[in-house]
Amino acid sequence: MTPNPPPLLSMTNIEKSFPGVRAIKHGQLELQAGEVHALLGENGAGKSTLIKVLSGAHQPDSGTLSIDGVPVTVASPFNAQDLGIAVIYQEFNLVPALSARENIFLGQEPGNGPLVSKAQERRLATELFERLDMPLSPETLCRDLSVAQQQVVEIAKALARNARILVMDEPTAALSQREVEKLFAIIRDLRGQGLGIIYVSHRLDEIFAVCDRATIMRDGEYITTHEVRDLSRERIIELMVGRKLESEFPRRHSEIGEARLQVQNLRRGSAVRGVTFELKRGEILGLTGLVGAGRTEVARLLFGADRAEAGRIFLDGRELNVRSPLDAIRAGICLLTEDRKAQGLVLGLSVRENFGLPNLNFFSRLGFVRRLQEKRAFADYTRNLRIKVSNQEQLARNLSGGNQQKVVLAKWLQSNTDIVLVDEPTRGIDVGAKYEIYLLLNELVAQGKSILMISSELPEVLGMSDRILVMHEGRIVGEIEDVESATQEQILGFTVIAQGNTDAPARGGDAGVPYQTETVEPQSRKEPMEVIQ
Amino acid sequence: MKLSQSRNLALRDAGRTFFSSYGMAVVLLLLCIYYSWATLQTQEPKGDAAAQTVALQIAGALPKGANVMIVGTTSDEDNDFVTGAAKRLQDGGYVVVGKVLGDPRTARQALEKAARGGAHIDAIAATPASASWPVLQNIPQKYPAFSAARLYAAQSYRWPLFLQRDNLLNIANQIVVVAVIAVGMTLVIITGGIDLSVGSLVALAAILTTLLIRNNGATEASTVTMIGAGLAGIIVCALIGWCSGLTITAFRLPPFIATLGVMQIASGLAFILSKGSSIYEVPDGFTILGRGSGLLGIPYAVMMMAVIYGVAHILMARSKWGRYVYAVGGNAEAARLSGVRVAPVTLMVYTLSGAMAGLGGVVLASQLKSGAPTYGVSYELYVIAAVVVGGTSLSGGQGKIFGTLIGALIIAVIQNGMNLTGVESYTQRVVLGVVILGAVLLDMLKHRDWRWLRLRPRPEPPVAVSSPSPSTTS
Repeated sequence: MTPNPPPLLSMTNIEKSFPGVRAIKHGQLELQAGEVHALLGENGAGKSTLIKVLSGAHQPDSGTLSIDGVPVTVASPFNAQDLGIAVIYQEFNLVPALSARENIFLGQEPGNGPLVSKAQERRLATELFERLDMPLSPETLCRDLSVAQQQVVEIAKALARNARILVMDEPTAALSQREVEKLFAIIRDLRGQGLGIIYVSHRLDEIFAVCDRATIMRDGEYITTHEVRDLSRERIIELMVGRKLESEFPRRHSEIGEARLQVQNLRRGSAVRGVTFELKRGEILGLTGLVGAGRTEVARLLFGADRAEAGRIFLDGRELNVRSPLDAIRAGICLLTEDRKAQGLVLGLSVRENFGLPNLNFFSRLGFVRRLQEKRAFADYTRNLRIKVSNQEQLARNLSGGNQQKVVLAKWLQSNTDIVLVDEPTRGIDVGAKYEIYLLLNELVAQGKSILMISSELPEVLGMSDRILVMHEGRIVGEIEDVESATQEQILGFTVIAQGNTDAPARGGDAGVPYQTETVEPQSRKEPMEVIQ
Repeated sequence: MKLSQSRNLALRDAGRTFFSSYGMAVVLLLLCIYYSWATLQTQEPKGDAAAQTVALQIAGALPKGANVMIVGTTSDEDNDFVTGAAKRLQDGGYVVVGKVLGDPRTARQALEKAARGGAHIDAIAATPASASWPVLQNIPQKYPAFSAARLYAAQSYRWPLFLQRDNLLNIANQIVVVAVIAVGMTLVIITGGIDLSVGSLVALAAILTTLLIRNNGATEASTVTMIGAGLAGIIVCALIGWCSGLTITAFRLPPFIATLGVMQIASGLAFILSKGSSIYEVPDGFTILGRGSGLLGIPYAVMMMAVIYGVAHILMARSKWGRYVYAVGGNAEAARLSGVRVAPVTLMVYTLSGAMAGLGGVVLASQLKSGAPTYGVSYELYVIAAVVVGGTSLSGGQGKIFGTLIGALIIAVIQNGMNLTGVESYTQRVVLGVVILGAVLLDMLKHRDWRWLRLRPRPEPPVAVSSPSPSTTS
């Protein structure tokens, strides 16, 4: 009986180089049982490499990794499983066409011999879901589950493999606020059961909400480990970036002018049910709400990516008939999509080609691309936007998230559209690059353009918008004019009231609609009612 | 540090570009070298070429006015040799005292006759075949009168069978049809689709063209008729390609299924139109496209192929439309959201593929001087193989036009080389299958960033392009 038992996991002096790149110069991490430990750092700080070392995907060049004080070698991901290490990546490892139960036990079905004991599996799966407090039928196919439910299946999968060390990489990236709360409850529960959890996220609010300690990395080096309660938001950012940021959101000087884009009663299916608003010159209009509230759908309708069933769109008083993205671009509307990799970029083309794609009419003569012109224009943007590319022919897939977003921005800046729709402009982007994106958005409105900014990150919505619209279940349920004095609770309150009005149970329908199965209890929330009225 | 990282990344990109674009060119070169080595053998000069060497030998050894007898076998080539040598020697001031075309016995009779007539022979010009006859080898012993006569034969030399002009032209002619169709297929595959109907379209175009010629003058048809018939075949195939494209874009059918259906339809039409039999009633002039050759003996079909590849390359590498094709294949949704009109691009690609298949059918009909509904069977597979071997990714978004040409050449060279080295045809199919599998495997491994080599594990891309290090800014 030693007074201080060895930590559940300790990684010391980890080094890992790839040819030409020292991904980790000095990695260190100590995880206690029954602790939620945040691993923080900008993109490229070495977090993911460290996690890959832990998961057995990479072998460290040097350093030791001990579990319960015993040095071990994690030779492969399978090996990691045996050692009780489980990693839940941002992209889930689930087979969509198999049921939750089948996914949980995939590869290590209980029972003897070649036959699978369905009954046993079902019992175990139900037990796991109960343990996770998730009323879910084990027989539901994974493709029919919401993102949050899939995540629970992933966690159950880890628990079924007796994981003691659970790594969660950006677990809330695709979750709504409410689902995040639910996930936190699960995480706290697992902590209580003695698991050690490593939590990787860019969203600092979450760190404060759920983590006990935080380890911060920068440029492949271990910087420090602190109790979270001893840290402030600003201090964390400072440690991550290595310098002081004046503020998370840059100041802006733009003059808000007349209404330019007017949207009347826009409708499409159950996702958008009569949306009316206007966007003014030089304004950043924040559009927020839960995931699945229909925000992205509104932007897609305005951009012509989907066809509206009803509603009218006016630009400068002239009615637009937007039937395709091409129409929208010609009218002067552009959309920076939420999912850069699936919708914003052609990853297999070079950054220059991606940049040129919507602008080829400008860059070509008689059908032939004037590459020199294109190159020069792009060179200007790489300089002005500080896009870090090794050369213009680098494939888009090889850029970091922040730089990818800048390439997408560059292509739309070049197209010189006046109405800029941005959907989650800083998702998956680290703090330093976020700031630069904000600067760019500010510059755009300073030029008299108008921005509709969709975002789930409430601090971002509050910090960047001139005006905020809150959507819920396809409708705009609230508008905040006075952003200076608005609070996150106020925004959430709109949603909660709307939730009460529309009456549970919430309908399914559009993908990603949260909480299909959980019962909704608006009253269980804090005091949002008072805040609003 | 930063600089070396980005340079490293640039090198990596450049290396990958090189391998994806030219890796197969290296393979082709190695294949050519191998088959040149494997088919290296003693070559005997023939015909007039042999006559020239022999005449030069004699001119270097004997004074003008010397008497020469020329001996060859009855083969066409030796006939050319004998007439050629006679003309050259007489032009050079020598006296040709006899020309023998035949076997050793004829040669003996000729020599005996000359000996009886008291003729004088200073030299005997022979082909490598006739030079080996004992009667010519032993002249001093057998015919003392001609003891001074020396035997001159063309020297044999070593040269690869593979690299002979005729063989190379043969390869070129063989690949023309497949290579032309493969241009269209490359575009289709770059968009992430596939066109299985090209083989059937070859047959349909061949039938349509020959049928139109038969019905408009048959063997007496005019050039205009032939051109018109060929164009009609190509246009019909283009229209059918357009229809495939329409089912794919408008009705969202998977390209595999859509073109599988069209493949059956086109093949059926070819059989219906031809009533199941071949059509031979075409003028001799019809073969000019497939068999004729122009400047420097280069076949017209090969010239046409070169032009098509040049145009297609410029289109894909330099034009706006080409960029759109790559974008649609790489990520159709991102392309659409960038204002690219995806459907018209796709439609055009399938139309071009149909047109190229039609052109291939016309060329094939011209080469074979007939049309038959069985033409082009399983061509789609050869064409796809050529495209894939040429480095175009079946998942779309990448590929090079000249890669396809190299792919077609690789397949043709392997086939030709196996023929020359006497590999039997059953084995050839096995080898070809292995080559195709190998190429696809290579393509897949390419997408894994060569990680399989274990030489350079992929660095985390974000690391190399991370934000500026804070120490430099503060």
